[in-house]
Amino acid sequence: MADTIKIRATLEGEITTVKAQIIHIMETGLFKNRTTGELIPAHYIQEVTCAHNGKVVLSAEWGIAVSKNPYIAFSFSGGKKGDAITLSWLDNQGGQDSIETTVN
Amino acid sequence: MTSHTRRRFLKVTLAGALWGLLMALPRMAAAAWPAAAFRHKTVPGALKELLGNANLTTATDEVRLTVTDLAENGAVVPVTIESRLANVDSIIIFVDKNPSALVARFNLAPNVRPFIKTNIKMAETSHVIAVAKAGDKLYSTKKKVKVVLNGCGG
Repeated sequence: MADTIKIRATLEGEITTVKAQIIHIMETGLFKNRTTGELIPAHYIQEVTCAHNGKVVLSAEWGIAVSKNPYIAFSFSGGKKGDAITLSWLDNQGGQDSIETTVN
Repeated sequence: MTSHTRRRFLKVTLAGALWGLLMALPRMAAAAWPAAAFRHKTVPGALKELLGNANLTTATDEVRLTVTDLAENGAVVPVTIESRLANVDSIIIFVDKNPSALVARFNLAPNVRPFIKTNIKMAETSHVIAVAKAGDKLYSTKKKVKVVLNGCGG
């Protein structure tokens, strides 16, 4: 898989910056279908985890108010070029995906 | 009980136990996600539910929130939160007039800098509140954002 995640990890001096975008509808469950008038069920990412060489550096808990196709950037120290960065997400309907990249 | 039925009994019991375990797994994973905190409509309510503490120390210098004053579209409001504080272990974002006040919590390992950039939704003109948690202390800053187009529906 990993079709839903774009990720980049770049080292600058001592700091590794991870930038990622996830393709996800992030449906709030508050909008109505315009033709049927029924509520569109909530469908959103609840958990995001990012690890550096297998050790979790960032874990996030999200609600419905993170924008569609979520973007996230953060940075950490202790990374080296070629280190493994993995990012995974899990949504409220059991959907999930993950990706692995290396620090550039 | 013949050995045949005993084997069958074992098989069924084991299969049942395994099934139960498999069914429990997603629920165990979901238990980590703070559902009750995300249901709260107010910032203090959500904070108390999330951390058992809602004593915010206003720290405009120590916690910096960068967000626009005027959001044409509430569906995508870029926010950046940075802090000068040491030992920040999580960054929490709230929008006080959203249907659920808690937007997101980011838990940071000790080697992660207190810096998060993301995009959030805002239902109407209100405050964005950024909280940096360092140990059991909560430092916050807030900024009012005027929203032209509702980004949450309802």
